[in-house]
Order: sequence, then structure tokens, then C-alpha cells
Amino acid sequence: MTPAIQIQQVHKRFGAVQALGGIDLEVAPGEFFGLLGPNGAGKTTLINILAGLALADSGSVRVLGHDVVTEYRASRRALGVVPQELVFDPFFSVRETLRIQSGYFGLKHNDAWIDEVMHHLDLTSKAGANMRSLSGGMKRRVLVAQALVHKPPVIVLDEPTAGVDVELRQGLWEFVRGLNRDGHTIVLTTHYLEEAEALCGRIAMLKQGRIVALDTTSKLLNRRDSLYLRLRLAGAALPAALAGRVRDSRDALHTLRLRSYAEVEGVLAQVREAGAQIEEMELLQPDLEDVFVQIMKEAQG
Amino acid sequence: MSGFSTLLYKELLRFWKVAFQTIAAPVLTTLLYLLIFSHVMQGRAPVYGEVPYAAFLVPGLVMMAVLQNAFANASSSLIQSKVTGNIIFVLLPPLSYWDFFAAYVLASVVRGMVVGVGVLLVSLGFVGLSFAHPLWILAFALAGSAILGSLGLLAGIWAEKFDQVAAFQSFLIMPLTFLSGVFYSIHSLPAFWQGLSQFNPFFYIIDGFRYGFFGVSDINPAVSLVIALANLLVFTAVSLALLKRGYKLRH
Repeated sequence: MTPAIQIQQVHKRFGAVQALGGIDLEVAPGEFFGLLGPNGAGKTTLINILAGLALADSGSVRVLGHDVVTEYRASRRALGVVPQELVFDPFFSVRETLRIQSGYFGLKHNDAWIDEVMHHLDLTSKAGANMRSLSGGMKRRVLVAQALVHKPPVIVLDEPTAGVDVELRQGLWEFVRGLNRDGHTIVLTTHYLEEAEALCGRIAMLKQGRIVALDTTSKLLNRRDSLYLRLRLAGAALPAALAGRVRDSRDALHTLRLRSYAEVEGVLAQVREAGAQIEEMELLQPDLEDVFVQIMKEAQG
Repeated sequence: MSGFSTLLYKELLRFWKVAFQTIAAPVLTTLLYLLIFSHVMQGRAPVYGEVPYAAFLVPGLVMMAVLQNAFANASSSLIQSKVTGNIIFVLLPPLSYWDFFAAYVLASVVRGMVVGVGVLLVSLGFVGLSFAHPLWILAFALAGSAILGSLGLLAGIWAEKFDQVAAFQSFLIMPLTFLSGVFYSIHSLPAFWQGLSQFNPFFYIIDGFRYGFFGVSDINPAVSLVIALANLLVFTAVSLALLKRGYKLRH
């Protein structure tokens, strides 16, 4: 099957800065894929290259098999991009904006679909409003609608919920989930790791222009050494032998990293031998944030 | 509707929605030029024998308005889109660089023509004019607005900030139009300046345009048109090459 997105050995420099240093990535049709990484990791650069907003120095990028440079018409038709910046054209109303965007894709009679998209995004009451008069959250919805006017099979959302209120975020994710169920491939970058955890089937983590982790979300969450034991101790300090396991310590509350459940017993024994009493104990499942922090730390070395 | 016709429509709608600023204002400015210069200069500059100075001035001012507004349309639209970031709306769809070029330049031609017709109609209320060769008038108006539309496109592609477009306009477009014979016949100039004027492409556009009205010109209008079209060809080729590379648009 043709991959929804195929990225091969993509390099990109901006002057002295290496923005992308050899990215290889494949996203299958129908996936909900997450692209994570700190600021400046290269997520937006990668998306821009995918969308034709930037040109790679070397390597190739294909959307549903269409090269984004040599077959840009087909690749752009297959792709809908919700940009990170809150951009809008102040000359037009919401409906005009969506009609014009449809026209750019050669779609003449698109009002039925425009109405449907506006309905799903709660924009119907604002159809005649000028873009300038909309709140930030409403402008964000219009950007989502603009990305969908041509019913693209592959949809990229670059930090779509940054600065958006909780209600809209929930509504937006419900809508995007629905699109994914209908067969659209979704690629998402986000700063909210719990969002990626809840939505994405597979995740790539980027750091300094390189992929440092690429796996299914569940496998990332099951990484061996990411189980946590939280203890509140009284009577004695945490034994020095356990210092290497500490993720964080506040007063007498220590969070220790374990490789597996089997290690719980040994740790508890060491605490007892040190003469400390356990006042509070909790086993924490790792969340994506822990995995993220850990992988970023490893990538540092 | 194709991508090209939508982009053209959007560009037309953009200036039409602010017509007071994009059409009415330049018509008024040009009219002020006409009233003041025709009053001050009447009887002083010898032009083509029997043509009164005010009548001589009108085609020059019309063409100046056409040129400046054609330039302003493409350049201000592009730089606004670049600075505000909404340029991505036209970079994401499958528009070809030909679509892009043709839509921006054609919209500039329309804006230039609309302002030009406006200036002409209002001027006719003050000054009597002849229309010796209407087809030459149309040909030079089209060529002039297309040349300045493509120059405006080039300025918009190149510039990263508003003041760079303003500099392009103030230091290149304005001097070239003012020194092209809008206000005088170059035969009234000293030999050196006459010679220099012949390197100004705008001079041929205005001279040929004026021929359409009076049937008299400094240069054979066919020669002027060929020179104008050669300029258009060069700016078109450069624009298309830059658009194809994505110069300063696709990083």
C-alpha cells in the first residue's frame, strides 16, 4: 500500500543552523500520528517541507506517492495543513475565506461541504462575520475549516490547540477523531503530551532535527525503565543506595524510577533496613511526559 | 472555477473592498496635479505646436496613475500577505507559478486601468481632449500596467518588510515616472537629459500613449511599443523564474 507520507533522508539547513539532519519517516494511510519535540526540534520545518512551504536541501518527500516538488499539484491536493500561526485575511468574511480557499483547489460548487465543515466546527453563526472580528479560538476553527475544504486524505495539524480554550480543544479533537475514523490520515504536532497520548497511535520524537524515538504510543509508554514508585518516608532519610533511582525528591516525598514491578520488593527492603517508615506509597504508570523527558535526556548524551 | 481565476477574483475583490483608498484617492491626487500644474505651467512649456499644455498633461497624468497603481496593487497585496503570514493560503493549494504570476499581474492591470479611466473621465470635465488613435491608447495602457504589475510582483517577492516596498516605490518607480515626460516633452530638455531619458522605459510608454491622443509623439509609437513589450518580456521572465524557484516565498 502506498504510504500516506514517505520522508526519505531529508536534510535542511538555515544558514549555520542544521534544522533537519536526515529524517526518515513513513506514515501509513489511516494512522493518527504524533510528532513531538521541544521548540526548535524541526517539527514545523518538516511540516513546511511536506506542504511545499519550504524546500528540502536534499532527500525526498511524498504524499500518497506524489513527490512534493515534482508532482506538487497532486501532493498538495492530497494534503490539508492547519498552520501553527493564527493567520487570516482581514479583507474577507468566514464564508468568503472558505469559498476562495475551495476555488484555489479548483472546486466551484463546494457550499454543501463548506456548510458541513462550518457546522462541525461551530462556525455557522459566524459565516458572514469578517475575519478581523473573530476571537482567536474562532480564527483557529476557520484555519481548520480552510485545511479541509478540499477533503484531503492526509491532514496535518501543527499545534492546533496552542492557546485554545478547553471546550474548543475537546470539540476539535472529537471532530478530528471522526475524520480519522472516516479514513483520513492525521499527523499532529502538539506541546500537550496528554493529547498525543490520548489520540496518537504512533509517535515520533524529534530533537535537534533528528528522530530520537519512533514507536507505537503503547510501546513508548511501556519502555522498561519507566515505572515510578512514590514514597513518603519518616524516621530516616532515603538510603544512599537508592540515590541513583531518584527522579525527583521534595521534602520526604521521593519518586523513584524502576525497571519493573519485580524491583518493588527490593526497594522496599532497602528502605526498611535503613530504618525509615513508609507513610505513603504509590505506584505510578509512566505517562508520555516521563518518556519524553527521559528520551530527550538520553538524546543529550 | 480554476485556481487561477479564484486568485484573480480574490485579488480584484481585495482592492475593490477598499476602493475609496485604491481608486478614489489616486484619482483625486492626480486631479490635483492636473489643476496645479496646468495653472502654473500654462503657456510656458512649448509642446507639439498647437496642443494646449493642460491637454498635453492629461495623458501623462493618466498614464502615471495607471503605472503607479498597477505597481501598488501587486506589491502591496504580496507584502501584506507575507508580513501577516496569510500568503500560505495561496502557497498551500496546487497553484502553478504561472497561475500565481498571471493572477497578480492581471489584477494589477485591472486596478491600473480602472484608476486610469477614472482620472481620464474626471479630467474631461476640465480639459478638452482628442482621441486620434484609440487602439494605441489601449495598447500602451495595457502594456504599461502589465509592466508595472510585474515590477510590483517582483518588489513584493523580494521585499520582506513594508518599508522595502516603499523604498522601491520612492527610489525607483517615482523618479522613473516623474522623469519620463509626464509633465514635459523631452524635446524641451537639454541634450544630455534628452539622451538620458531615452534609457527610461517609462518614457516610451508615456510617449506612445500620448500619440494615441494627439497623433504626435517624440518617438515612432511602434518603436515605443516594441520597447515596452521587450521590457514586459524581461520582467515576466524574471518573475516566473523567481516564482518557480520559490525565491523568498518557499524557504
